[in-house]
Order: sequence, then C-alpha cells, then structure tokens
Amino acid sequence: MVNNIELKPVSEFIPENAPERFIYDMPSEKHEIALSTKNLQVYYGDNLALSEGDLSFERYKITSLIGASGSGKSTFLRSLNRMNDGVATVKGNIMYRGVDINTKAIDVYEMRRHIGMVFQRPNPFAKSIYNNITFALTQRGTTSKQELDEIVETSLKQAALWDEVKDELNKSALALSGGQAQRLVIARALALKPDILLLDEPSSALDPISSSQVEDTLLELKNKYTIIIVTHNMQQAARISDYTAFFHMGKVIEYDLTRKIFTRPKVALTNDYISGNFG
Amino acid sequence: MNAKTSDKIATGVIYAISSIVALILIAMLAFILVRGVPHLSWHFLTSPAKAFEAGGGIGIQLFNSFYLLVLAMAISFPIALGAAIYLNEYAHKGRFTTIVRTAIEILSSLPSVVVGLFGFLLFVVKFHFGFSILSGAVALTIFNLPLLTRSIETSLAQIPNLQREAGSALGLSRWETVIHVILPAAVPSIVTGVVLSAGRVFGEAAALIYTAGQSAPALNFGDWNPFNIASPLNPMRPAETLAVHIWKINSEGIMPDLSAVSAGASAVLIIVVLIFNFSARKIGAKLHKKLTSA
Amino acid sequence: MDNITQKLTQKSESTKKDSMGRAVSLAALALIVIVVVAIFAFVISRGMSTFFKDGVSVSDFLFGTNWNPSVINPHTKQPYIGALPMILGSFLVTFLAAIVATPFAIGTSLFMTEIAQKRGAKIMQPIIELLVGIPSVVYGFIGLTVVVPFIRSVFGGSGFGILSGTIVLFVMILPTITSMTVDTLKSVPRHYRESALAIGATRWQMIYKVVLRAATPGILTAIVFGMARAFGEALAVQMVIGNAALMPHNLISPSSTLTSVLTMGIGNTVMGSLQNNVLWTLAMILLLMSLVFNLIVRAIGRRGEMK
Repeated sequence: MVNNIELKPVSEFIPENAPERFIYDMPSEKHEIALSTKNLQVYYGDNLALSEGDLSFERYKITSLIGASGSGKSTFLRSLNRMNDGVATVKGNIMYRGVDINTKAIDVYEMRRHIGMVFQRPNPFAKSIYNNITFALTQRGTTSKQELDEIVETSLKQAALWDEVKDELNKSALALSGGQAQRLVIARALALKPDILLLDEPSSALDPISSSQVEDTLLELKNKYTIIIVTHNMQQAARISDYTAFFHMGKVIEYDLTRKIFTRPKVALTNDYISGNFG
Repeated sequence: MNAKTSDKIATGVIYAISSIVALILIAMLAFILVRGVPHLSWHFLTSPAKAFEAGGGIGIQLFNSFYLLVLAMAISFPIALGAAIYLNEYAHKGRFTTIVRTAIEILSSLPSVVVGLFGFLLFVVKFHFGFSILSGAVALTIFNLPLLTRSIETSLAQIPNLQREAGSALGLSRWETVIHVILPAAVPSIVTGVVLSAGRVFGEAAALIYTAGQSAPALNFGDWNPFNIASPLNPMRPAETLAVHIWKINSEGIMPDLSAVSAGASAVLIIVVLIFNFSARKIGAKLHKKLTSA
Repeated sequence: MDNITQKLTQKSESTKKDSMGRAVSLAALALIVIVVVAIFAFVISRGMSTFFKDGVSVSDFLFGTNWNPSVINPHTKQPYIGALPMILGSFLVTFLAAIVATPFAIGTSLFMTEIAQKRGAKIMQPIIELLVGIPSVVYGFIGLTVVVPFIRSVFGGSGFGILSGTIVLFVMILPTITSMTVDTLKSVPRHYRESALAIGATRWQMIYKVVLRAATPGILTAIVFGMARAFGEALAVQMVIGNAALMPHNLISPSSTLTSVLTMGIGNTVMGSLQNNVLWTLAMILLLMSLVFNLIVRAIGRRGEMK
C-alpha cells in the first residue's frame, strides 16, 4: 500500500512569506513529503496550546521533535493521528497523501492504520506475544494462520525482537522486560504496515541498553517507514534523526536538518536549548 | 485526667469494642453451625419439605435457590456489563451522566422489599406471570443490577488508560478495544464482583416472597422439559427459595422439628454464602495470576 | 488519489462495530434508568390512590394512631387507616439501631486503621466482610431464637418488640457503617497524623482532635447509609418485632414497622381495594424515605467539599 502513491512536491506546501528559520527548500524532485501540517492550532478547552506548527515531514526519514516539557511537541505529535480527539480541539489541516485527515469525514480508525503510534510507556496487551501482534489484524478479517505467522515473524524481526522471543510466542507479553515490551509494541504497530510511525518518547522509560536497542531498531526501520519521534534526549535526536524541529511554548521555533540545528542553529533560543541552558 | 491516662483508656475501650464485634460474629456463626450442621444429611438436602410432620428436607428450595440465582445472573450480567461499559468508556461528564448515576445510586439504596413489591405489581399481576421463577428472576435482577453495574464499572476503571491508547493507536475502535483488550484484562476483578453479588442474591428473600412465591410444589427431577409443569426447569412455576423458606417456617411454620429445620436450612444458606464470599477473591486472584504469567 | 480518499472516508469495520456497541451499551444503561423510573411511577401511582381514589385524608393517614383498614369506624364511616404506629416503629428501630451501632462501628474502624492495622486487616476485615455477607433471614432467625427469648427472660412480656428489632438491626448495619467508616479514615492524609504526633499529641488526642474531625462528613455518610439499610430492612425485623400495629408504648411491647406490615399484608388483600391501596401508600413512604436518605448523603457530601 506504500507504493504507487502520488505525493505532492514540497513547494506546494510552502506558505508565502515563510520565515527563514524553517526548512522549506527540501529539493522536491528528490524528496517526497509523507505528511504535512498547515495552520495547526490545538486548544485544551479555551487555552491555545499549540499554534504556528506548519511542518512537512519527508518520506523515509526520521524527524525529531525536541523541546522542553510543555513545549507542545507531544501535543503536536498526538494531533497527527488524531489521538487528541475528545481531549483537545485541533484546528487546521493535516495533509496525508493529498487528503486532509483532520476533518469529520475521515474514518479515524482506518487513518490510524496508516499512521501508527508508539507511546512513552510500553503498553502491551494482556495477551500472548503472538496475539499482541495479530490482534488488530484478525479484527479486520486477516484469518489465515500462515499469513499471520509470516506477519508476526517479519514484524518481530523488523523490531529486532524475533531472536529473543521466537521460542515463546505464546508467553504473556506482560512477562517481557521493559525494552522487549517496547519493541513488541513497535512490532505490533508495524504489523499493520503503516506508512508513518509516530513515537512519543519511546525510550524515555527504558534503561540505556534497551534504549539503544530501540534506537537501532528505528534506524533499521527508516528504509521502509516515515518516522516522527518526540524525544527529550538531544543526543538521541542527534544520533538518529535526519530532521529536527525545536518546539518552545507551543510554537515551532526552528525546523531544519538535524546537523544544522545542532551545529548552526539560526535562532538563539534553539542554541540555548541544545546547549543545555534551559529545558 | 492527663493525656496519657485518657490515651490508655481510649485504647482499652477500642480494643474492648472490637473484641465484642468479633465475639458477636463468632457467636452467631457458632450458633448457626452448632445448631444446624448436626441436622444436615443427604436426606435433608435432597428431600422435599413437609408442612405438618417432622423429617422434611430442603431439596426443592435448594434447587430453586440455585436455579433463580443462575437465571438472575444470566439476565443481570449482560445488562450490568453494557451499562458499565457505557458509563466507563463512552459517557462524558454532563447532565445525562449525572442523572444516570443518580438513578443507579437510588436503585441501589431502595429497600429490597420495595423491589419485590414492584415485581409483584408489574410481573405477577399486570403481566400475569403469577408467582413464578420468571417473576422472581426479574425481581432479583433489579435488586442485583445497581451493585453489579458499579462493581463492573470499577473493574473496568482499574485497567490503565495506556491499554485504551494502545488500542486506538492500532486503529481499533473504542468498542473493539473494550471487548478484546479491556474486558479480558478486567476479567479477574469482574469475576470477583460477580461471585460476591451471587452471594448476595442467593441470600435475598424480601424481593422474592411476592414474586417467586412462598410455595414449593413437588418437582419431578426426571423431567427436564421446561414446558412441563412438574419440571424443575419450568420458569412459570412458583418457587420458594431457601432464604424464603427460612422466613416462612419461622413466621408460620407448624412442623414439630421447626427449629431443627430452620437451623439446618440457615446453616446451609450461610455455608453457601460463605463459600461464595471466600472463593470470590481466591478465584479472582487465581485468574489474575493466570492472565499475567506465561 | 481517489482511492486513498475513498479508503480514508469510507466507514470502516471498526466504526460500524463501535456505533453498534455504543448503542447496545447505551440501551442497557437506559434500561436501568427506565426500571428506576417505572418503580417510582408504579409505586407512587398506587400509593396515591389511597388519597385520590379512596378519599383518605393525608393527615388522617400520617397521624392517625389506629390501624385496621378492614374495619370501618362507626363514627366517621371511614376505615381505621392511621399509619403513625408503623411510621414511628420504623423510625424508632432505625434511630436506635444507628445510635447503638455508631460507637461500635467507629471503635472497630479505629482499631482497624489507627491502633492495630495488621491485626485489623487480618482479623477484623474478614469479620466485617462475613457480617456483610450473612443474609437477613439468618439474622431474623437468630433474633427469633436467641434475642427474643433473651429479652423475654430479662424483661418479661413476649420478647417481641422495638428492642429486639433494634438489636437485630444493630448487628445488621454494623458492618455497613464500619466498612464505610474504615474507608473514610483511610482517606485522611497521613501527614495530618504525623503533624499531630510531631507536636507531642498522644495517639488518642491525634485520633480525637485530628482524624475523627477530618473524617466527620464521611462517618455521617456511613451512618446515614446504615440507617437507610435499617429503615428498608423487612424480613429480619418482621420476624422479631411482634407485628402488632399498635403505637409502641415501650421498647418491649409488640409493635410493627412499615416493612413488617407490608410483608404481612400485601398477599392477604385484594388488588385495588382500600386495604390494599393503603399498603402501597406505606410502600410509597418507604420509597420516598430512601430518596430522603439519598439526599441527606448528597448534602453531607456537598458540605464536606465546601470545607
């Protein structure tokens, strides 16, 4: 389902008078945009929590969203596949493959199969490892045992968990360690073959070793998925991501190639943040 | 009197009060069991009651109690489950939810005799069900619904929101997540709640005296066709339960071994209820262990 | 592109299941509400017919002291329908049982939460749970075979009456009040206790001046819940109260309560007759009283919040 999509060039998404602190000069012939937002505003009740968040995310790249707690980066991420429905009011457009998915007409359940999400704390279901992965598929009518077996194996391999659990697929997922559980959750999301994977601080609840395993996994996945990741950990952002957006007080301050953000930021605030002066 | 002395006195009083409460329970249990257990026999548990002579049993009443319990649970569980799911998973804070919660609270505080009278008025008289298992089961359902709903709702609320988010992120609807993720995870605590409520239902009498009735016609335990009048399964026959029987014979019984029969019946009633109450948490804990381990 | 638009805007299987599930669960909830409304509608419409159809005056009913609906008073040409004896009986047993049970409940709860948490959890907790579980007919049976003969041998008379009813209800509502009081005491923040002890208060001073004071609204709620249970209890009371619809002269003369008259009478009267209608009026009073207890609990809750 990933192939044969007509993706729009970046230029179409560039607003007039775009501030320079944003990267809008992704060469469009080479770079396809998987997801972009326009005039996004998020309200909690009457409080405006996020605005000025016009970002485009390049396909098959990792984009990091960084910023202090409360800067709006998680709010932004959760708006992208409408996990904020019922929690906050999200205004503006979220363009996915030419369709604005932030409208009433969109079937959110179907949309979330294209745009998957992994959370901060590992949240495996109280089911076996195998059923954790197959559950959402069987709900949608995939019943062939052979097909399911294959998907379980591929997605566990993609999430670099296969070798550790292949002999105990029927064990309860609740018995896994934190790092294993998080990779299972990633595998579970991959089983649906999404286009885009959103990750909300996926390794902040993990120990350093598990955390680096998750990072390795993400780098592997980059070849097949567009990844947008919220992280507190600037080293992590620098290590794994191609693009970085810096959030502050509900606004995107700067958005550029990761190496530019971390070496030659254009805004002083960004520099303060990455050099650890606040946050 | 200085503070230290009054502290000592107060502590002493509290100890004394707690001991009295413990003693009351022990005395009551001892009384029922010492009086009742010697009277228990296979014959007592299986043979029909006798109105005027000694040697009657409680067989039919015991069967009726369990039959009514099963029916009442079978009707009330799905309703309570649905209501609990709506309240915990779908309902937003607002006027509608407040009204509904108030209604459930009021229902749970209604005297069970009023529930019985309503059942009598509507089912026995208006719908012409007569004094019957069916009328009794519906009355017990009404009696059981509010507490069971609340207990299931609490069980659902205990499942962390992470699980709901996990479902949503996989493109599963609220309903699919609830049915396949939240409910299974809540099963141990739901089962505990159901078994506890079964104990309550089993011992209930006031809701039944004017719905299931106060008579226990002879049953033919060889006939399991629910449409035959003597069949134990016939839902339209009157069915005095064990709890009602205890009340009935103590109010107007005239058999010579009245006190022995009452003690024996009370002992059986208490033993069954205690089994329910004790096993409730054990079963829940066991299921929980099974769910979370390999 | 149209393909993806269609895919994303078409109602998915999940959405369909969700709408269905939501509707089903809402229907279950609505059913419960309908039942509550129906109970009130039926019982009240029946109960009011005494006043509207049979023309009984409300004050005669509430304050009359003579209850014998099947007999006509030759002077007024009206049956004897004074319900005061039962109303009084119900309130008497309820209040007396609550008065006796409250100190026991508070003492036991303090034992469980403040004095001996470990033994409290190990011994008293199961005891309270067991007491909750014992069916009311068993309480009635014990009342009939132990309490009533005991009262008879100590005070003379038949042994049936308000006192026996109070004793039985006391044991019945004790676990209700205790377990709710335990919950309130547990919810008093730990630092309240620590700061009291830190300024040199003895344990009892800490309990009396800090813990009990902070827990007062909760304890009151527990007592009202206990009273509601006592007021509505039917069979256990009916078995020991003596069932004489007379004004209670003392605590050991046979009396009756709303529930006991109802239990005895509903089966022996003809639907729609005055004798039957007045019983429904008693049931209506029971229903309204349980509403009143509910309102009291809410009022206490609101005042507790305001503090």
